[in-house]
Amino acid sequence: MFQLFKDVKIDWLGKRRFFIGISIVLMLAGMGTAFYRHKFHPNGTEAFNLGVDFKGGTVITARFKQAPSPETIRAAIHSAGLSDATIQPVLDKPGEFLIKVPHQGFEASETQENQAGVDAARSKVKKALDSFGPEAEATRSLEEDSKATYKIEGTDAVGQVASKQLRNQAIAVTIAALVGMLLFIAFRFEWTYGAAAVIAVFHTVLVTLGLFSIFQIEINLTVIAALLTLVGFDVNDSIVIFDRIRENRKLYRRMSLYDVTNLSINQTLSRTVITSGLVFLSVVALVILGGETLRPFSLALLMGIIFGTYDTIAVAGPIMVWWEKRIAAANKVPAANVRENNLKSGRGAARGDRARDGVGKPSQAA
Amino acid sequence: MKKKNLLQRSIIIGIVTVVGFYIVIGPHGRRPHLSDLTPAGVKANLAQNIHLGLDLKGGSHLVMRVKVEEFFKTLTQANAIAAQDAAKGAGLDVKEARAETAGGNYRVVLQVADPAKSQEIRDAVEKKADLSDRVGWSFSSSGDTLSWTLTGAAQRTLAESATDQAMKIIETRINAVGVTEPTLARHGGQNSHEILLQMPGIQDPEHVKQLLGKQSHLELVHVVSAPAPQSAQTYASEAEATASLNSGGKIPANRRVLAYSERPELAGQDANANTNANAQAQKKWVVIESPAIIDGAELRSATASQSRAGADEYEIDFALKKGGADKFGAWTGANINEYMGVVLENEVRSIAYIKGQIFDQGQITGRFSKQSADDLALTLRSGALPAPIEYQEERTVGPSLGADSIRSGVRASVLGLTLVVLFMLIYYRGSGVNAVIALLLNMVLMMAGLIIFGATLTLPGIAGMILTIGMAVDSNVLIFERIREELRSGKTIPSAIEQGFARAFVTIIDTHVTTIVSSLFLYAFGAGPIRGFAVTLVLGLLVNLFSAVYVSRTIFMWLLSRKGRHVESLSI
Repeated sequence: MFQLFKDVKIDWLGKRRFFIGISIVLMLAGMGTAFYRHKFHPNGTEAFNLGVDFKGGTVITARFKQAPSPETIRAAIHSAGLSDATIQPVLDKPGEFLIKVPHQGFEASETQENQAGVDAARSKVKKALDSFGPEAEATRSLEEDSKATYKIEGTDAVGQVASKQLRNQAIAVTIAALVGMLLFIAFRFEWTYGAAAVIAVFHTVLVTLGLFSIFQIEINLTVIAALLTLVGFDVNDSIVIFDRIRENRKLYRRMSLYDVTNLSINQTLSRTVITSGLVFLSVVALVILGGETLRPFSLALLMGIIFGTYDTIAVAGPIMVWWEKRIAAANKVPAANVRENNLKSGRGAARGDRARDGVGKPSQAA
Repeated sequence: MKKKNLLQRSIIIGIVTVVGFYIVIGPHGRRPHLSDLTPAGVKANLAQNIHLGLDLKGGSHLVMRVKVEEFFKTLTQANAIAAQDAAKGAGLDVKEARAETAGGNYRVVLQVADPAKSQEIRDAVEKKADLSDRVGWSFSSSGDTLSWTLTGAAQRTLAESATDQAMKIIETRINAVGVTEPTLARHGGQNSHEILLQMPGIQDPEHVKQLLGKQSHLELVHVVSAPAPQSAQTYASEAEATASLNSGGKIPANRRVLAYSERPELAGQDANANTNANAQAQKKWVVIESPAIIDGAELRSATASQSRAGADEYEIDFALKKGGADKFGAWTGANINEYMGVVLENEVRSIAYIKGQIFDQGQITGRFSKQSADDLALTLRSGALPAPIEYQEERTVGPSLGADSIRSGVRASVLGLTLVVLFMLIYYRGSGVNAVIALLLNMVLMMAGLIIFGATLTLPGIAGMILTIGMAVDSNVLIFERIREELRSGKTIPSAIEQGFARAFVTIIDTHVTTIVSSLFLYAFGAGPIRGFAVTLVLGLLVNLFSAVYVSRTIFMWLLSRKGRHVESLSI
């Protein structure tokens, strides 16, 4: 048998201060950057580089037969009255440009009616681009139309009302998903397990968002899909370990929760590394080959996989053990009474056992 | 006993696999043919069976909102006039009638001359006008002020029906322009009043947008002016027109001041931006009576026609329904030589004096271009939108951009999958084959599930698939690692397999159900793309319980039964 890890005996929980320290530093760095950008706008940046989905505005994808320089496109668009537009060449496709027009750019020139709704930015951009030559006909591709010099391949325009709704919905949906998980894990295990898993997930989401702020990667709807995906992966990891803890607690009744947790993490370590490694490889493939449209999505997944795997061991485990210990300490006296009175109702007995285990000194894992 | 069990399992798996494959690559709605097995045939069937979302196929996606607050405003204003008329009709004196429409509250307020007659006035108004508790207007009074407020519940019902009505009208208009396979649906939550329109293959939605955005509210009104042969009374500015009413700068409820553009339209498509400046120069203002004599709801037909033979100018001929024609005929008969105006979208388009009684025919002149006359006639026929709409989202994806997304997505997935398969085969050797079979079956059955439910495949849906495949691989890893552990602890191979599956199954159920529970939350709270993600995920996880546990287990059972009771080695 070809084996990755054989009989590992790592004291993961012993390193909890180190791990939690790293997590706090990462979260602080991300949130600090976001706060700093939000407050001081260095180089005009904001806390998060929100895409049109969440900020409102228009993004137009245009493809040219003979690519002009971004500067000439910018000049043409500025002279059409869209002064805030940014022009971004698509790296892996020569001749293709993303033209982004934020809402503020044209708001003043439009009528009251259009302000809240979707704009006429597309027709303005089209007018500006027409100065390079005619656009391909709607029914024909750029290559088919010999007279055409460019073609608008895509438009994304989102009004301010809709973008605000999407933003609120994204937050609400993520929280709802977390609450759903918390409830179910509490039902299947203990609520402390649920809380630990959800805190770990929350930590991953925060760290990922922090990195998005630091590197100013655009956040759009696909990033939300990616965040939801990594929430799934992350909780999956936590549950695998919790499941093992639950099983081992029945097998090794005398062992402390501390040791059982270490043992369980070590026993499932091969699985954790193999699964996360495989998913990691697939996501790397997506980052490299997935193209520009999927890039924010695949980057979010990549970060999520790394931190999701890490935090199961480094955050979820320690929090759960710490919490259970506190409950055990609080219950110690009443639990002891219960045992003395020989009233072994199921729940009281279980609490009593835990109380005894919880305060046991950490020893070498079996 | 064991043999029979194995046979039963194999038959179930066989049937599911064949049915799954047929759903994915088989022809639907016709008999299968040998050519369906050629690569071209498979490709054609695949393309037909799997519905791609607009982000992958190309097309336009529009989200619009019905401005229900405008609808309430119009309704309140109309009711204020009706209330005043009702009171006057009963011979009761009303000092002032007004519509208060600020801050989401809609209220009809009557200022009465004699507070003692409040009850009488209330009765008269509620009898004649559509204002009573029964239709959602709650009454209150203090001193000389009577007011009816539109209740929240009534607001919701009215907004709901206005949105539904708008949707029907939009549907008629879309069908009239001939968009193929449009999807029209309510969007967002109960109180968002949003409508989603998807038009596959449409790459330039500007024309459709303009067409749908036209409220096309047509009214025939009485213009306040001295009768012909004097020319119609117009004013150079809004303020001047308002001043002519002698009501202290306020416009009474039974009058309206509207803009009047004599030559509102120049020939050509680009009517919006360029002509604004010209129209401005010729803009005049007129005072009209409110309510209108009749409105667009009474319209029977509307067609565009050339104004003069050979000219590039068009007008719209319209005909009225029976009820409207009667009303119109009575009014025109009684008002010979008075001026009448045609009002479209709150702007007076043409003014003419009544030469003789008119019953059911009329024209809207005004130098329309062919395109705009056609569009206007079409929208008039479909009926007026109950309230204006505004666009909230517009997403257009060209077919080549969508194809690019698919290509790079597929390329990346194939590479990722190849890496996974290679690893499983190297690390778990013989049992790796097991995992690979389960994985491929999972993908086929997931596709089949999407097809059965008629779901569309979008980019977020693909994200759901990636998570599913990740969890499918994980299930296999969990099982295999567990079997290895059991083997190391000295168990025999059959019991190690049994124990491995039994123990891993608990974990797999827990992880799967947790994710399914959170997906249900996503489905309940999310819209469009997030729902697509949730649907593929739930589907994939359910399939995975079958492929990773049931199928994989059966393959192990089959291996054991071939080797007999005393197996000595297991390739894992």
